[in-house]
Amino acid sequence: MARKIKIPATKYPVERFTLDNGLRVVLTPDRSAPVVGVAVVYDVGIRSEPEGRTGFAHLFEHLMFQGSENLEKLAHFRHVQGAGGTFNGSTHLDYTDYFEVLPSGALERALFLEADRMRGPRLTEENLQNQIDVVKEEIRVNVLNRPYGGFPWLKLPPVLFATFPNEHDGYGSFGDLDSATVDDAKAFFDRYYACGNATLAVAGDFDVAQATEMIRRHFGDVPARPAPSLPDFDEPDLTAERRDVYTDRLAPLPGVASAWRVPDPIGDFAQYLPFVVLAEVLTDGDASRLVDRLVQRDRSVTSIGGYIGFMGDEFQVRNPTALLLQAHMPPGGDADKVLRTVDEELDRLVADGLTAGELERTQARIATHLLRDTDAVLGRALPMAVLELQRGRPEMLNDLPRLVGEVTEEQIVAAAATLRPERRATVEVLPGAMA
Amino acid sequence: MTRLPDLIPDAKLKLPKQVERTLAGGLTVIAIRRPAVPLVEMRLRVPFGRAPLPRATLLSQALFTGTGTMSSVDIAAELQKVGGGLSAGLDPDRLLITGNALASGLDRMLELLAAVLTDPAYPNDEVATERERLVDHIQVALSQPAHLARTALLKRMYGRHPYAVQTPEPEQVRSVRPAQLRALHADRVRPEGSVLVLVGDLNPEKAIDAAEKALGSWTGPGKDGDMPATPELVSGPLVLVDRPGAVQSSLRMALPALGRTDPDYAALQLANLVFGGYFSSRWVENMREDKGYTYGPHTSIEHFLAGSALLVAAEVATEVTGPSLLETLYELGRIASLPPGADELEQARRYALGTLRLGMSTQAGLAGLASMYASFGLRLDYLSEYSVALTKATRDQVAEVAARFLAPSRAITVVLGDAERVAAPLAALTTVERG
Repeated sequence: MARKIKIPATKYPVERFTLDNGLRVVLTPDRSAPVVGVAVVYDVGIRSEPEGRTGFAHLFEHLMFQGSENLEKLAHFRHVQGAGGTFNGSTHLDYTDYFEVLPSGALERALFLEADRMRGPRLTEENLQNQIDVVKEEIRVNVLNRPYGGFPWLKLPPVLFATFPNEHDGYGSFGDLDSATVDDAKAFFDRYYACGNATLAVAGDFDVAQATEMIRRHFGDVPARPAPSLPDFDEPDLTAERRDVYTDRLAPLPGVASAWRVPDPIGDFAQYLPFVVLAEVLTDGDASRLVDRLVQRDRSVTSIGGYIGFMGDEFQVRNPTALLLQAHMPPGGDADKVLRTVDEELDRLVADGLTAGELERTQARIATHLLRDTDAVLGRALPMAVLELQRGRPEMLNDLPRLVGEVTEEQIVAAAATLRPERRATVEVLPGAMA
Repeated sequence: MTRLPDLIPDAKLKLPKQVERTLAGGLTVIAIRRPAVPLVEMRLRVPFGRAPLPRATLLSQALFTGTGTMSSVDIAAELQKVGGGLSAGLDPDRLLITGNALASGLDRMLELLAAVLTDPAYPNDEVATERERLVDHIQVALSQPAHLARTALLKRMYGRHPYAVQTPEPEQVRSVRPAQLRALHADRVRPEGSVLVLVGDLNPEKAIDAAEKALGSWTGPGKDGDMPATPELVSGPLVLVDRPGAVQSSLRMALPALGRTDPDYAALQLANLVFGGYFSSRWVENMREDKGYTYGPHTSIEHFLAGSALLVAAEVATEVTGPSLLETLYELGRIASLPPGADELEQARRYALGTLRLGMSTQAGLAGLASMYASFGLRLDYLSEYSVALTKATRDQVAEVAARFLAPSRAITVVLGDAERVAAPLAALTTVERG
């Protein structure tokens, strides 16, 4: 009765080349809508910021919008939006991205803007102080003034990891932010924002030859600087369970999140990929194992989610990373009971394997999510820029639905068997607010 | 100094082909082909105005709990087999069902949708679970400043109108019985007046045939919610809602606005953009990039069936709550009193025209737009008319609507924050009453 559905694939064309200054370029044309996406990704993120400068990678991302060689403060925003486009940037553990989506006639403008700041941002004391204030408000909105702020992405790393690059708060302490200087920013740019440490991807409605010419014209004279050597942030796995608990004065209900280390997403992709599928087998939708058991049958949690990478970027994160489960519980919820049930369900999966059709339907749903993301020009430009940066394989974006579809039951079972309590880091949030 | 590259003018706005048919049961089906990725997007809006809020909210949460022949797990698993997923939400006018699946799964997704619509069971146990989850969810919302500020603003804007309360009280939800959901479903989940939108890698005629086949048994007269027109906004003292210890204040304002089909709507949207509706607006540049008071201030025009309003929102540091109100009043006063500059108007115009293209560039974006417009009795060709209106709006028109709609004297203002710290600074600027 199980109708097996064929997992489809996209065939976005991919052109790659490297400029003389070391900038790696990916072009992926698709003329089905009159828009283009431009992404520039630098190989530096939260893990690379120095001790005493927590939050600096993110603060620096803000400074990249504050003007550059030919651009006054505010000009970048106005030129993108005045071309009918949108922009943003984001700071991840291993990279920092900058991007625009625009009507196709604005492609050259976006390339000009990105090239201009690749030559160097205008770093001034005034802009630095302004953006420290803005970043503090960002942290207040997202962490300090709301319930469950930073749960679990800022709360779990210090439990799972022991070294500064992996465990520290990527938003940063206000003390560290306040002590940031213009000289710090200059040094950070010099060290990490070399064009040899970056990739550029363009997706959407453009002609490859014309775009190539524009890219050479705008980026070709960005001075070459040596890329820093890629750091290895690996550290030993846990040998015993680690737990932490804290009270959130704004939260009305308890929550719990756990993480287990997973294989190297890049060096050991074949071993890693089953964990991506496992996370969905456990938590994607009402028919998934943990939702069915914990939400529907036991009612011990109100919601549960599972994913890989603290920022949910499973194909854009380097080693070391983790599979996470996070749950919100009803009033009086018992985290230990939830963890015991998770262990029980993992044991059952390992002992009995999957049910008929369980893997195939999960793979089909993952394929939909992957394909859906790639429908947006930015959903191609951004991941392709990161895949180029981290793997030299932007075309892998086309392959992901198929690769997910090739994961076997044996691999899922083997992955589940590694999620043992003694390898688990857990953080519990207790409600500090009167519900 | 390198010159900013010119923009290549946009080609004429090209609308995708759409096919529309109203089925015998009264359901309108709109199908649009965009084959970019092998998926389909689905949106169904069912008129739900004036439905009793606690029941309607729980119905939207419990819609997929079971049918005469399927459990919630069955429904979810059957959807997953075709890479599909369905979810439901509620606004004051409509029940909205959202779905997507692999393109080859369209027929099956429609069958499952039909089963949920025509043969709902609302099993007692599952409804009890969803009821508790909804209560927990509302408890969490009640601890979120954005939710609390919106609740206070709606109450102040709409008084005794049904739009004044958009989230039920936990106690009201607790008293809803499954039989009441069955009755509400029978009464209101009806095809007449409902619009189903299908977008993606599909043949529009065949997709509508599939919808007709699956949903042919969904019949019955729709019920007109008979929503009264919204009351005119009446300005008055600033309403201060205490949130002791808050590190930020949530500043909210409501101003009158026009519906999308009003001849002056494009001009009002341009005035909104120049004032605060995008990053490169006066208010955002002032509040964030000059003063550093806030991270993500924004304004937007919110449309309901019975009326529209322009909403202003910023989370500002507690210590600059007074100065933030000052700058906001200043910028409102400026746009209401003086015509916009020619350059800033052109920039806003290009942004409005460009982002309209961006919004149409994905299957999900198109589906959302087509469905949203359809619920207001419009079709995608509205975008062409709107583009023309945006292109033609003059400085004088924009100044005239700004004077009428953006005057600070017309604003309703609500501040959620630490009253002990912000009451006096606010009272220096305006009359304050406690909410």
